[in-house]
Amino acid sequence: MMSAVLSDIEMSQSKRTKWTHLDALESEAIYILREVAAECENPALLFSGGKDSAVVLHLGLKAFFPQKIPFTLLHIDTEHNYPEVIDFRDSVVKKNNLNLVVRSVGDSIKQGRVHLRHELEPRNKYQTITLLDAISEHNFDVCIGGARRDEEKARAKERIFSFRDEFGQWDPKNQRPEIWNLYNTRVAAGENVRVFPISNWTELDVWEYIQREAIDLPSIYFAHQRDVVVKDNLLVPVTPLTPAHKSDQISRMSVRFRTVGDITCTAPVESSATDIEEIILETAQTQITERGATRLDDQASEAAMELRKKEGYF
Amino acid sequence: MYDINRKGESGLLRFITAGSVDDGKSTLIGRMLFDSKNLQIDQLSAVEASSRKRGMKEVDLSLITDGLLAEREQGITIDVAYRYFSTPARKFIVGDSPGHVQYTRNMVTAASSADLVVILIDAESGVKSQTRRHLYLARWVGVSHVVFAINKMDKVQFSEEVYQNVTKECFGIAESIGYSNLHSIPVSALAGDNITARGDQMDWYAGPTLLEYLEHAPSAHDSTGLPFRFSVQRVMRLNRDNVQENSGFDGADLRGYQGLVVSGSVSLGDEIVVDPGGYRVKVARILNASGDCVKSVFTQESVTLFLDQDIDVSRGALFHDVTDPAERRDEFNAELCWFDERPLDLHRSYLMKHACSATRIRLKSIHQLIDMETLEPTQNHSTMRMNEIGQVSLRAQNIISFDSFERNQGTGAFILIDEVTNRTIAAGTIQ
Repeated sequence: MMSAVLSDIEMSQSKRTKWTHLDALESEAIYILREVAAECENPALLFSGGKDSAVVLHLGLKAFFPQKIPFTLLHIDTEHNYPEVIDFRDSVVKKNNLNLVVRSVGDSIKQGRVHLRHELEPRNKYQTITLLDAISEHNFDVCIGGARRDEEKARAKERIFSFRDEFGQWDPKNQRPEIWNLYNTRVAAGENVRVFPISNWTELDVWEYIQREAIDLPSIYFAHQRDVVVKDNLLVPVTPLTPAHKSDQISRMSVRFRTVGDITCTAPVESSATDIEEIILETAQTQITERGATRLDDQASEAAMELRKKEGYF
Repeated sequence: MYDINRKGESGLLRFITAGSVDDGKSTLIGRMLFDSKNLQIDQLSAVEASSRKRGMKEVDLSLITDGLLAEREQGITIDVAYRYFSTPARKFIVGDSPGHVQYTRNMVTAASSADLVVILIDAESGVKSQTRRHLYLARWVGVSHVVFAINKMDKVQFSEEVYQNVTKECFGIAESIGYSNLHSIPVSALAGDNITARGDQMDWYAGPTLLEYLEHAPSAHDSTGLPFRFSVQRVMRLNRDNVQENSGFDGADLRGYQGLVVSGSVSLGDEIVVDPGGYRVKVARILNASGDCVKSVFTQESVTLFLDQDIDVSRGALFHDVTDPAERRDEFNAELCWFDERPLDLHRSYLMKHACSATRIRLKSIHQLIDMETLEPTQNHSTMRMNEIGQVSLRAQNIISFDSFERNQGTGAFILIDEVTNRTIAAGTIQ
């Protein structure tokens, strides 16, 4: 029954070629994704077009090959995105013939579910409401995300299978034990598990993997010329959503994004890295963390991320 | 800074710090990250600001890993924090685990993925009951390599005699528990002596600093040499409608078995045993993680296997070696650690997750529990409470295929789930 496909395949040698830390991380992530597919009813894979979710999607395509990915893709759209990221998101979906559901914070505002304090307020934290509404609308029992423990101190504490109660809330003082690789995926109706297959990856691992696997990314991850205003050591891009004030001094600089998120609270970094090799070198040498260099919203308070997560954030 | 040109030379090392409350675990990790220049500027300034806010004169390095509000409020560690750092020689994942008895299950969570455990001991007070508990639990969960960091040497005038006495006490306990690889280092996490640099207070100590030791410690138990085991994680039924485009599999009506090679290796044409059922079949095709057809796959790889016969195989089935097969029984003994606030009920059944299988079990009897003060067994128990550990007999609804945990971690470990609350209530190692 195998003859149809066997003829045109290359056989590798029977001795193990070098097993690297990337192989180990990849295998762990695939194991986690397969565990979700085998045990859960209706999983969603959160896909924003950012590098971490692009890596998780790539792992998903590998985990189930040659079968299609058995997850619905879900994007919680702030509508504060760079067009390059949305174009990338849509091209990936089309290329791989995936099923994408988009729910926007804008719609939540129209429905009266979200009230902004002012029109250009960052929408990151409001994604929680849109996300929880989308979860209950589609009865998702699992949301797979690309969060990593090296990103932030609250995430450093989170389990790979992170249980959320019927209010979508994370209780960091009472997490389920997670022993060996025996994951407990069980939830009652209305409850939810967030699953983070690349929990143990660092920013450098992600870039080395993107290089090894030749994963496509939105162009703004690579160095480009952009108008920015320097504020509190961060580069604030000049965009229609973040216009420069009269007193601001605009500089045109070579920059790239280390993370992509809501335009109003995501800053690029100065960089001349136009390819992945150069990004890897910069990542290995950086003196500032990914979120420290780029996120305006995490610096609001000591526990901004923990508080958002307790409310039901990614 | 990690040298990407030398990556993977001695492999990744996963370790945890454990020990009693206030023996300095979080401070030690903070010190190690700080002194090895693995703290980024923004992380350091955030910790400085938090320390100031709490009225401290010096930077409180424990704030680096104690990231939760409740932890900072109380000055304790509640749950494990994972930190990722590197030196030119090696990459590390370190888990900072909590010392309080009530958070024991979080310490076990951290230890279950570790290659090595660093046990912090307060040189002034020596071994405490929580130290014994952590030592015992880390060994039980599969760690066989322990380093004692005899901390707060500054409080005992950096006395070699105190260090030797405490080390002797620690080694005696560790040996009785079954650790095969022991080491001890006198340190001061607060002042930084012997963490990454030697310091000038303990000239009598000629051994490596803690970081030097970790850079050269062997990483995980290698399961390559063990007999082949593969637990079926997911049955993949291919048909016209669910194959990826251009995968080369269009229209093929095939069944593949996805999962992790738990131990050993398997090659095309190998005869294997499939349980339940005891079928003998041959491996007809192997896809590796990249979807390439390959001749052989090895331990730790996530793969897809195809067989030469159509037999009944569901999730949880075990593929294993013909000449060195797994054991098959529905009654077995295990060492069980209870995690849940609700005690064990011998009249109830629980769900056992073992590799990828789920089976209902009942606890038949409790042979003995271990007293954590003395590490001596105690008899005549009819229940187990949170954080207790002991020898039990179990009966499963179906025959399961397993190895003893000591022989094969992947096929000898299980967790118990309460089907009413869905909580993970216990973990066990089959004996």
